[in-house]
Amino acid sequence: MSAQESVVSISGLGKVFPKGGVTALENIDLGVQPGEFISLIGPSGCGKSTLLRIIGDLTQPTSGEVLVNGKPAPQARLDRDYGIVFQAAVLFDWRTVAKNIALPLELLKWDRAKRDARVSEMLDLVELNDFGSHYPWQLSGGMQQRVSIARALSFSPALLLMDEPFGALDEMTRERLNLELLSIWAETKSTVIFVTHSISEAVFLSTRVVVMSPRPGRIAGVVEIALAQPRGVRTREEPRFFELVTEVREMLHAVETEAELPE
Amino acid sequence: MINVIKRVAIGIAVLVGVCAFYTGYRELFLATGWTWPFEVDDITLPSLPSIVGALFDPVQEDGELLISLLFKAALFTAKEAFVGFVIGTIVGFTLGAVIARFQMLQRGLMPYVVGSQTIPILAIAPIVVVGLGSLTIAGWTPSDWLRVSVISAYLTFFPVTVNTVRGLESADPRAIELMRSYASGEWAIFLKLRLPSSLPYLFGAFRIAATACVIGAIIGELPSSIQGGLGGAIINFNQYYVLNPQNLWATNLMAAALGISFFLVIVIAEKLLVHRPPETLT
Amino acid sequence: MSTLAVAESGGGVGRASGFARTWLPAALVFGIGLLCWQWIFPDVLGVKPFLLPRLSDVLSALWENRDALKTAAWITFKEAFGGLILGSGIAILAALVLARWRPLGNALIPYLIAANAIPVIAFAPITNAWFGTLSPWSKIVIAAALCFFPVLVNTLRGLTSVHPSSIELMHAYACPQRTIFWKLRIPAAMPYLFTALKIAAVLAMIGAVVGDYFGGSTESLGVQIQSAVALSRYELGWAAIVVASVIGSVLYGAVALAERFVIRWHPSVRAVD
Repeated sequence: MSAQESVVSISGLGKVFPKGGVTALENIDLGVQPGEFISLIGPSGCGKSTLLRIIGDLTQPTSGEVLVNGKPAPQARLDRDYGIVFQAAVLFDWRTVAKNIALPLELLKWDRAKRDARVSEMLDLVELNDFGSHYPWQLSGGMQQRVSIARALSFSPALLLMDEPFGALDEMTRERLNLELLSIWAETKSTVIFVTHSISEAVFLSTRVVVMSPRPGRIAGVVEIALAQPRGVRTREEPRFFELVTEVREMLHAVETEAELPE
Repeated sequence: MINVIKRVAIGIAVLVGVCAFYTGYRELFLATGWTWPFEVDDITLPSLPSIVGALFDPVQEDGELLISLLFKAALFTAKEAFVGFVIGTIVGFTLGAVIARFQMLQRGLMPYVVGSQTIPILAIAPIVVVGLGSLTIAGWTPSDWLRVSVISAYLTFFPVTVNTVRGLESADPRAIELMRSYASGEWAIFLKLRLPSSLPYLFGAFRIAATACVIGAIIGELPSSIQGGLGGAIINFNQYYVLNPQNLWATNLMAAALGISFFLVIVIAEKLLVHRPPETLT
Repeated sequence: MSTLAVAESGGGVGRASGFARTWLPAALVFGIGLLCWQWIFPDVLGVKPFLLPRLSDVLSALWENRDALKTAAWITFKEAFGGLILGSGIAILAALVLARWRPLGNALIPYLIAANAIPVIAFAPITNAWFGTLSPWSKIVIAAALCFFPVLVNTLRGLTSVHPSSIELMHAYACPQRTIFWKLRIPAAMPYLFTALKIAAVLAMIGAVVGDYFGGSTESLGVQIQSAVALSRYELGWAAIVVASVIGSVLYGAVALAERFVIRWHPSVRAVD
């Protein structure tokens, strides 16, 4: 697992928040290979979102090293090596759907024709062809989140960071978007790091699930998800799927009881 | 389109209602001879037909019609107000952007910018307008109307500054993170995110300022002997009120029309320029 | 437990330094402002006394004319206060009526907002003609007219701002309209009302002072300002403006105090501001 071939390589990472000296993360080591789909899961306060934000250089670690595409995280951000999707779609109200997707392309100074071509490709990818000239508030929550995914993928970053992207959606929409995300992942061959609260979502989507423990945030264990690709509606009904969900759930329960002991 | 027609229809109904109320009140008090709260006669409440008629009478013998005089006066005042509005907006926006950029400056200045709203700023108008008259910078003395514009600018500047700061800071923190994930600099964040986020706030300030700059221009004309505008006309007709009350009433109606026009221009510009979810627009 | 204690003391230090960080710059600006007014503007920048006289000159003018200013302040305060009460009172009643007949209120709101753009203060000469130039009522009525529209529009907004599900809840308790009004709409309108009253307090003061510019009692504040300017006694004019500002702030502060007292329960008091 050398740094050269890893998309993300984290070693000895720690994060202490200056306010009150809370240790959010301690001793994190993690390598992510090209094409992997990694889920970070854990109880609230385990620092999974913080870890994602450190990879994106949106928060600075207090110790340790983060390499993205072999470069330090700040350099990777400057090189626009990743796209990010938040829990809320964070679309700009004053831009149409098409213009929202084009935002990073504008910042990268693509010319107009190239931008338009890419935007229509992206609208295709997330199946929103008819909605390019709509404003975000005219769309449902699930559609908004698809726009946000299209925006993150518009400049073809090698790495996609997703911070509970479907957390605010209803169960049906969530399952549909899970399937859609998997097909986009297969099509674009990108690497995904995905933060979630949902065990079944993590197992269904990932190639590996990273279980984290709270106070301080540590990696408690990693579960390989050896379910066949491509996955579909039937995958959720396989016995192997239930076994893996149970495995992750038990690991999480162990982590939670441990965390509750001192109090 | 149907909406527009409906609005215009209701608008006409409101106008007719106000006229009917005025005439009804007048006739009732004239008929009964009631004198409370004030005595009603042709001087205190001139009849509507006499006000409209006065518009098409010459002001002096063989002089120009009142309506044409008032129209010119309104344009003059509009020029003062508009120039003041532009100056006030430029200064206010620049100051607001600087304050929003520097946290320390904000803590130092914002309490006073907000606190200044408790000061009757309009009261300063005569001092500033008269005072500026004796000002000469390198041989240049500001012209009369420009001194009045300073009052309008002053009244525009406060709401614009406050709302620029609020608006620029209203940008969604997650959207700022998104921009940072694209390695955007402060300038790109300002242009693509903060500025568009601030537009509804800016227009909120413009609505206040559109009204305030007209008031500032009218009041600014009072103390100085500036004759060309509506304020001058009000002072002028006020002196002959007992002889010709309808002239002052007509002037005030023109002032009201000017104020509402300024306001409507802003409202229409906002409708055209700002695309926001309908429920967040008030 | 120990980390908790550390975190708490850290928070304490943070709060103390936060207090200094919040108020120190403001205090600093206040000091610099006074310094500028007294020395830097007149001596360094050469700002002429007709634009802004030296602070000490204004203060001594304030002291020397304290009796006249005191009388003027009292007259103008009464006019402003009377206008505030009268205008807001009528506006609140009108808002209650319009809120009762919702379609009427909804149809009228845009026109009421537009009417707010009328330079009402320019009608001061007409109220002078109604009540006589020397009568306080001419100023009270113009101050009241200035207060009327903002209070009406805001109160009406407040009364109609109630969340539909709250009304459904009241319906579920089988409450009559009257109860819904008292228990729901009126409390919900309070933050809006107080925001409007704070604006109105300042507007009433403007009405009382600026109304004088069209003619008024020689003892009142506005006429004092006007005649001081006409006689080029700028420091006296500024002293009178300081007095007007103090009255404006007192009226504003009184409303803000009443707001705290009446709607301490409301979590959005600050948000509405």
